[in-house]
Amino acid sequence: MADDRLSRMFSALADPTRRDIVARLAVGDATVNELAEPYDVSVQAVSKHVRVLEDAGLVSRSRDAQRRPCHLEPGVFDLMTKWIERYRREAEDRFRRLDAVLEQLDEEAPATGARTEGAAS
Amino acid sequence: MSTTRTNHRNETRIEADPALPTIVITREFEATPERVFRAYTDPDLVVQWLGPRRLRMQIEEYDARRGGSYRYLHVDDDGTEYAFRGVFHEVRPSERIVQTFTYEDYPDGVSLETATFEDLGGRTRVTTRSLVDSFEARDGILASGMDVGVREGYERLDELLVGTA
Repeated sequence: MADDRLSRMFSALADPTRRDIVARLAVGDATVNELAEPYDVSVQAVSKHVRVLEDAGLVSRSRDAQRRPCHLEPGVFDLMTKWIERYRREAEDRFRRLDAVLEQLDEEAPATGARTEGAAS
Repeated sequence: MSTTRTNHRNETRIEADPALPTIVITREFEATPERVFRAYTDPDLVVQWLGPRRLRMQIEEYDARRGGSYRYLHVDDDGTEYAFRGVFHEVRPSERIVQTFTYEDYPDGVSLETATFEDLGGRTRVTTRSLVDSFEARDGILASGMDVGVREGYERLDELLVGTA
């Protein structure tokens, strides 16, 4: 996948209103007017947000007559879940090495609470 | 299940708060808070686990005391260095470490890292909370799992696990 697309997605999602829009579209399709309802901003402003999400490939709009509902692109969540999962696994990787370090400490200092001098130097 | 002592029991959990630019990582360890704290503060131990695989970790300074600073490098096969540094704001033995963290290529990006060590009766729950300065930065960090070099980490892990089994 192009890093380009990745960074566009992330910058699109850096905005709290856009994240909220994505969260609402996850529940079901909605028109820009419907999306604008709960916000204290103009339909134009919401429309602009939707365009950013469209450019980032997160949202598409169908040609359904006048309504043109916004639709969350399938796979978006898969992708994001994957990124976070990779990050999680990276952390997990690190912590398993820490597990191993702690096991070594156990072997070096079997007496509970006793601090071994120079054990790790 | 609660008495099985395996590595896999201790799952790493990650939470990215939708309202705050934070990443909270929680993990439990089969060791006392004293030991875990030592592995977090003794540079000879830190160097064994903190860096990603294939990047050689080189600690230049690791003065884990209140007001102390640290700087370390991850060096790849080409000799390219990635430098990180920060200051220890608070170091409370076996309880809490608060430090700043900066990747030197982006010196304006500073995160505040708080690690707390919770005694579970011989075991320890470590909670690491990173507070960064924007959602963009936070999400960028989460996406860093995509980086090449990180992936090989899992292999190194497997080897380590085989070696310590």
